[in-house]
Amino acid sequence: MSVLGLPKRKKLVNLRNFPFFTSISYFVLFVLYAPLVLVIFYSFNRNRTAQIWTGFSTRWYTDVFTNTDVVRSLKNSLIVGSAATVLSTALAIAAALGLLRMGRKGSAFAIGLLGAPLIIPEIVSAVGTLGFFLFVKIPLGHIALILAHTAFCVPFAMLPIRARLVSLERSSFEAAADLGANEWKIFTRITLPLLAPGIMAGALLAFAISLDDFITSFFIAGPGSTTLPVYIFGMIRSNVTPAINALSTLLLLVSALTLVASYTLATKNQDRK
Amino acid sequence: MALDLSLPVVRDDSHAPGKTSKWLALAPMAFLSLTVAIPLVIIAVYSFLARPEMGAGVVWKFDPTHYVKIFIQDRLDGTRSFDTRYLKVIWNSFFYSGITTIATLVLSIPVALWIATRDPRKRVLLVFLVTLPFWTSILIRTYAITQLLDEKGVLGKIATTLGITSHFQILYTPTATVIGLIYTFLPFMILPIYASAERFDFRFAEAGYDLGARKMQVLFKIVLPQIAPGIMAGVALVFIPGLGSFLQPDMLGGGKTNMIANVVANNYGQARNWPFGSALSVLLCLIVLVATLLLSASARKRKASRI
Repeated sequence: MSVLGLPKRKKLVNLRNFPFFTSISYFVLFVLYAPLVLVIFYSFNRNRTAQIWTGFSTRWYTDVFTNTDVVRSLKNSLIVGSAATVLSTALAIAAALGLLRMGRKGSAFAIGLLGAPLIIPEIVSAVGTLGFFLFVKIPLGHIALILAHTAFCVPFAMLPIRARLVSLERSSFEAAADLGANEWKIFTRITLPLLAPGIMAGALLAFAISLDDFITSFFIAGPGSTTLPVYIFGMIRSNVTPAINALSTLLLLVSALTLVASYTLATKNQDRK
Repeated sequence: MALDLSLPVVRDDSHAPGKTSKWLALAPMAFLSLTVAIPLVIIAVYSFLARPEMGAGVVWKFDPTHYVKIFIQDRLDGTRSFDTRYLKVIWNSFFYSGITTIATLVLSIPVALWIATRDPRKRVLLVFLVTLPFWTSILIRTYAITQLLDEKGVLGKIATTLGITSHFQILYTPTATVIGLIYTFLPFMILPIYASAERFDFRFAEAGYDLGARKMQVLFKIVLPQIAPGIMAGVALVFIPGLGSFLQPDMLGGGKTNMIANVVANNYGQARNWPFGSALSVLLCLIVLVATLLLSASARKRKASRI
């Protein structure tokens, strides 16, 4: 581009580097990860006082895995998380498919309702759900937790499923219909397999959200169904032991892996499109 | 507004698979009515009921005084006086969420624009690095801040070594709450602004530069107006959930910096005053509703004025 003899390319590059933007960005990225790295670092410290480094040790991880309360709350988290994932993903598939056929007003209302858990302050839905369960006499515990978690997982599970649905070609469905497949066959043989990556990404997202939830679980979990985040919160409040750092590191690791998987599936989605 | 961002309305049914019925959406809608809408109704009803003599729960007797009690205190000697305790709590919610919004905005605009101007492969990685904390546990991230701000921690050591202060005491102060809020909400601001910035054609900025505008003029007169929708979405995603924050003030403020959610939790917990907690919940919902409406109205106005 030198018709006028202007070094245009160079200018463009200059302009893309506004003053201080690079340093601010590195600073922000550093800030986002530094506290997490600190927790991971502390989790390998032998000393009882996490902040005073006296040498590498995995004793806090041994502590965590031999603590029956931790193992029990982890089990509760996994039970609730898996059940809520299956239920919310199934509901999200139905919602995503149904929304396609709705009119303008209908879908706006439906999206408002399905997205409500994203807007309502979690503390309000938590105490409201508590009041509701006591009112209809659903005992606090696993079932109550699964119902509550399913509700707020639906909008998250829906995100990648809807994104995938939009990218599908109509022709495969028409071909199947022309060849005499009935609705159910089209759904199981065509729609589900084509939606699969979106469904997987949505399910993983729902699982991560359920696994990390604190506020709702704090109010809904009965004495026997404490989830891992509720247990960690109790640990932080009562006795500060470096085992919290080990447990936090493990939870971070599991969420990170789940999210990497979800993200990979979701971006694969876009590539094919 | 926050919804627009996360759940794009798909009206084009040319891709509709098969003859799926719109009634399919009925099952999830019924479920969410049951588990989300009805609890809201319960809260609204509870806020007008009396509290039992002892213990938690409600008594089915009409009692509208809880809303009054947010602002007026019944003294033991029978007189009444204006009560500023809860006004302070409401103010805290607005103030802390507001500061958080401004701070994250100032930090996120450079980051979003910087990421948007990297080459595509690097961009994917950078966006992922910002997205990861977006989805990870707020409990763990807030706990990490308690470790960072601890008196005996890294920052404390640096501060005392450099002689800035002999007694590093930030944890369990309002400052710590705000630091925690900024930290946890940063990705919520960066991502929507980035989504707008990514679509911005930087040749416009270049054109402005060629025509003699200075870099700062290009930034404020060309780039920022173009990424305004992302900025509005970011403001909504930080300010609105920020109003309902619970964990950051609880764990970092040490009970000294109460926001509305903390008082609600306390009334459903130790204080065992469910009707009063419900009245505060209704108030919080109304505040969130008004904030959402105002933000989406101003976004719509901006959109209309541009067309």
